[in-house]
Amino acid sequence: MLMYVVRRLLQAIPVFLGTTFLIYFMVFSMPGDPVLALFGDKTPNPAVLEAVRAQYNLDQPFFVQYLLYLKNLLTGNLGVTFSGQEVSEVFARAFPVTLKLVVMAVVIEFLLAVIIGLISGLRKGGIIDNTNLVVALVLSSVPPFVALFLAQYFIGIKLGWAPVTVGANATWGAMFLPALVIALTIYVTGMRLMRGSVIEAQNADYVRTASAKGLTRGRIVGVHVARNSLIPVITNTAASFGALIAGTTVTEGIFNIPGIGKVLFDAITRGENATVVTFVTILTIMYVIVNILVDLLYAVLDPRIRYV
Amino acid sequence: MSDRITEHYVAPSDPNEGGEVDKVRLSDRKSNLWLDAWRDLRRRPLFYIAIAIVAVVSLAALFPSLFTDTLPNNDCQLANSNGAPTEGHPLGFTRQGCDVYARIVYGASTSLSVGLLVVLITAVIGIPMGALAAFYGGWIDSVLSRVGDIFFAIPYFLAAVVVMSVMPQRNVLVISLAIGGFAWASLARILRAEVLQVKNLEYVMASEAMGRSKFSTLVRHVLPNSLTPVIVYLTIALGAAITAEATLSFLGIGLGSSTMSWGNDIAQAQSSIRVAPMALFWPSLALTVTVLAFIILGELIRDALDPKARARR
Repeated sequence: MLMYVVRRLLQAIPVFLGTTFLIYFMVFSMPGDPVLALFGDKTPNPAVLEAVRAQYNLDQPFFVQYLLYLKNLLTGNLGVTFSGQEVSEVFARAFPVTLKLVVMAVVIEFLLAVIIGLISGLRKGGIIDNTNLVVALVLSSVPPFVALFLAQYFIGIKLGWAPVTVGANATWGAMFLPALVIALTIYVTGMRLMRGSVIEAQNADYVRTASAKGLTRGRIVGVHVARNSLIPVITNTAASFGALIAGTTVTEGIFNIPGIGKVLFDAITRGENATVVTFVTILTIMYVIVNILVDLLYAVLDPRIRYV
Repeated sequence: MSDRITEHYVAPSDPNEGGEVDKVRLSDRKSNLWLDAWRDLRRRPLFYIAIAIVAVVSLAALFPSLFTDTLPNNDCQLANSNGAPTEGHPLGFTRQGCDVYARIVYGASTSLSVGLLVVLITAVIGIPMGALAAFYGGWIDSVLSRVGDIFFAIPYFLAAVVVMSVMPQRNVLVISLAIGGFAWASLARILRAEVLQVKNLEYVMASEAMGRSKFSTLVRHVLPNSLTPVIVYLTIALGAAITAEATLSFLGIGLGSSTMSWGNDIAQAQSSIRVAPMALFWPSLALTVTVLAFIILGELIRDALDPKARARR
């Protein structure tokens, strides 16, 4: 297992270098003055302009620029936002909010996937199963920002069951609606995995043995079918955690949740490109880290992976 | 040693029984994977619904004047701002007083062209990357797969956000490149896995044994037999690309506001969601139904091309 962990971490190094280089390259290989491009059509404060020029070492050759940028990134020196705040401070303030939202969405997604997948798998081909598959297909094709607007309008404005926007006070309760909506747009993959493995498990030898022993149906389903079907669902859920961190921009923007996505959303809509690039880099690094954790989790849950 | 007699006992063939088993019945229907899949698709009502939606959207994209006489931008009058449906304007008006229905009809071509272009770019980059890596293996595989890993590690939506933010020009081609330029990494992974399986099959060995070059074998035999997951992925990716374009436009970094796009319409209607929710609802519906049609097509093709799934049904 230790060997696997070491190997997986070593594999992540080129990916980390590659992704940061790619983002850097996309921004600084553009024609014209990249610093001015970073400010879009805004006229920046000369002090901020100087700070950005200094931060990106634009007087050096391109590759040296990148290496210096990388050094800053690794030492946690992330520069300043458009309005002159320290990026690391903004990050420290916004990250817990995003984490809360994403954890809640992932928990709801997991429960939906397991429960609906189990019911569907046990009654394969029945009315419930077919309805569920159609509903899942429709839900998975609603673009997330459309789903968020619909929920905001019907549940927030029309019915008044939930706050329309979250605002500064990002409590669990206030963020429940957006978390539920995100969960509904992504539970489909997990639900299918669960359904598939439940259908398979029902024909497995150990389940036949269990029923031959005279165990009750509840015990067979609960202990033997459901538990053994969970591994793919758990790893899928963990993987969606990474995708969610990246996808929070739209959610936090629409529901005005003061997390990292909202910082990025504001920077995008205001054309503050330097901040956009910084936070996309941060989100990408988080995505890479979560993906490593998912792989390790997979290896813990399924011993076969470690020996490949 | 030529006079040594080797004796073999060969059972006399039974003229009545064996023949029936071995006979090739020429009268049977021709059958191969694609024909079977096509027969399967034709029996499914959902297939016709999805095809009908795609046909209507394509028609609107090519000939918008078939669906509406109103020009989406010229007839805007602020007096109609957020107006209710009237004669000739079945879905009401936007905040700027434009006809919602006309804007949806004219927006179809944007969504569809972005979708098709992204699929084209994804295929052009992803297919060679995945196929060459798997088929040649060795250092080619190492290099191509590591490059793919890097593109795979950046969520393509975030990459598109960066590209679109710093791009001085924003048009259909640029936005398609921004999305497709990263979306190919998933396709390359899927195809690589498939080619790895196919390349060890006997007909591939036979093709090389008969003197066909390695590259020609790849193009003539390996690729055509690895296309199933590619087609499924690209169909679903078409829907996803349409969503991505709408989301970027909604964030204000998609196509300029002068371009007709469902994402732009949704973004503009957002500020008056409380007073005129329908101006937000209709383009959202058009977007969702179109994406749904492509996702259904992808799912049906996946089922149809998988004989095991066919048997399970």
